[in-house]
Amino acid sequence: MSEVSLQAARTQTATTGRLKARRRQTDLVGIGFVLPFLIVYAVFLIWPVILGLRMSFFNWTISGAGASDFLGLTNYQQVFADADFWHALGVTFLFTVISTPLLVIVALALALLVNRAIPAKALFRTVFFAPFVLPVSVVALIWNWLYQPGFGLINGILTGLGLKEVGWLSDANVALMAVIIMTVWWTIGFNFVLFLAGMQQIPVELNESASLDGAGAWARIRHITIPLLSRTTSLIIILQVIASLQVFQQAYLLFNGSDGPNFSTRSAVQYIYETGFTTFRVGLASAMSYILFILILIVSIGQFVLLNRERRNA
Amino acid sequence: MSVQTVAQRARTTEREQASTQVMQRRVANGASLVLLIVLAIIWVLPILWSIDTSLKPESETTAIPVSWLASHFTFAAYITTFATTGLFRWYFNSFLTSAIISLVTIVLASMAAFAFSRVPFRGKNILFWIILAGIMVPGQILIVPLYTQMQSFGLVDTYWSIILPQLASPLAVFIFKQYFDGIPYELEEAALMDGASLFRVYWQIWMPLAMPAVAAVGIFAFVLSWNNFLLPFIMISGTNLMTVPVGLSTVQTSFGIRYAQIMATAVLGGVPVLIVFLFFQRQIVQGIAGTGLKG
Repeated sequence: MSEVSLQAARTQTATTGRLKARRRQTDLVGIGFVLPFLIVYAVFLIWPVILGLRMSFFNWTISGAGASDFLGLTNYQQVFADADFWHALGVTFLFTVISTPLLVIVALALALLVNRAIPAKALFRTVFFAPFVLPVSVVALIWNWLYQPGFGLINGILTGLGLKEVGWLSDANVALMAVIIMTVWWTIGFNFVLFLAGMQQIPVELNESASLDGAGAWARIRHITIPLLSRTTSLIIILQVIASLQVFQQAYLLFNGSDGPNFSTRSAVQYIYETGFTTFRVGLASAMSYILFILILIVSIGQFVLLNRERRNA
Repeated sequence: MSVQTVAQRARTTEREQASTQVMQRRVANGASLVLLIVLAIIWVLPILWSIDTSLKPESETTAIPVSWLASHFTFAAYITTFATTGLFRWYFNSFLTSAIISLVTIVLASMAAFAFSRVPFRGKNILFWIILAGIMVPGQILIVPLYTQMQSFGLVDTYWSIILPQLASPLAVFIFKQYFDGIPYELEEAALMDGASLFRVYWQIWMPLAMPAVAAVGIFAFVLSWNNFLLPFIMISGTNLMTVPVGLSTVQTSFGIRYAQIMATAVLGGVPVLIVFLFFQRQIVQGIAGTGLKG
């Protein structure tokens, strides 16, 4: 072997060695940066998810008693046989089915209106978005007051117009509607802002050239804005359904911690809360949580697939 | 007919068309403006009515028919509210916990995002997906196991039980990564040539460049934790450690039907976030728009 090739071989092993060392160092540095987040994430998100699953198989109570009393699937069987759970799930379902279209369509309409070349754009944006930043307790206090019979503002306006009073807080047929109206007022700003952000990404030239070709405002909305917003719209629908399926706090607070007239506003999460924190059966409550969790996962994955396919076909 | 007149006529019709289009646009703009004004009035009415009620003498709040006017306006309800509730203490608790959550979220999330964006380490993709999957976990269903967990740590009824579960935000990692991905490499290479460590590159180069993302994530995290109701509601039972949303939820029952006082409390509970919102609207909106970018 010649001197030269030997030297070359030696340099080569040295370089690969150095490369390997540097590779290992990069790995360590990368993990080092991610680790703090990862630890907190694992302890306070992944661990509760696993703990919840474990608890759902035990006769676990809030004091910790029964934590080693393995029940197998008994909790799940009990939940499925519980008419109250099905009723609560029904309330959640009804809330989602009515509130989602409202929260998507009204938000889109508001965004389309505000996105036009009108004066005081920023002021309108602020007005529609502001309620979203209010704490839920403030929103519930305000609307409980607005919905009062007789001296409540809404019923006052209704009777002033010669219409009949509505038992927003007492009539089992409208109580959930009262929650929905309040929720639309409170949370529409989120979807509204997402729509506005989506519209900002549509090139202005598209609308301008369509307008020069004689396309009216409505035609531009139908054939340019809405199709180009489809990504944003799918995302908003998915996020909205996930949020709506978890409805609890605003309804709970609007009715002062009660279940509403004739249990008409007791949602699935509220029933989970009551099972865990007022009857103290946290094992049973975990089983309910998991059933709801899986339901939410199925619905969101289903939506994702469906909306993606629709978009590809469009 | 001469060529000129044809051309002229064509030009006039064009002009007429243009002017009818301008007219149409004006009408449409006018109509949408009127519609927007009506909707905006409906949207602010609940807030105005609450403020109005809070300034009335207690005896006149339940007058029928409803009226915006009163014999006189007074701050009496505000004074009683401050005197009889722990509002100042609740402000302090909310501020303390939200500030800590916001700061720690910025540090943890930006560090992780920096590695995901800039350091080619092994297992990076899998880890990123594991973290993103966290966005899919609905928070409300974790309340029961989170409570049990805090119980086993002996932290129920402490600030820690509010703070710890809110520190790891997958969404914040995502927003930071989006931002870091958009920054050009050259700066970093220059610094690395100088022999700076990656941590210094992160802290002295990327973080100052990412100030808009820092602001968006920080303010968004602050408002979210300030408004979080369910977590402090299940964790805290002592009035002294309550946050604003939890404390407010107790006044309806403790005041009875004293609406001026209840509305004064609601106004006082809403004012801090509304002020933060008016100052940092852009950052809050960016925080939300960051959600939209992931589509």
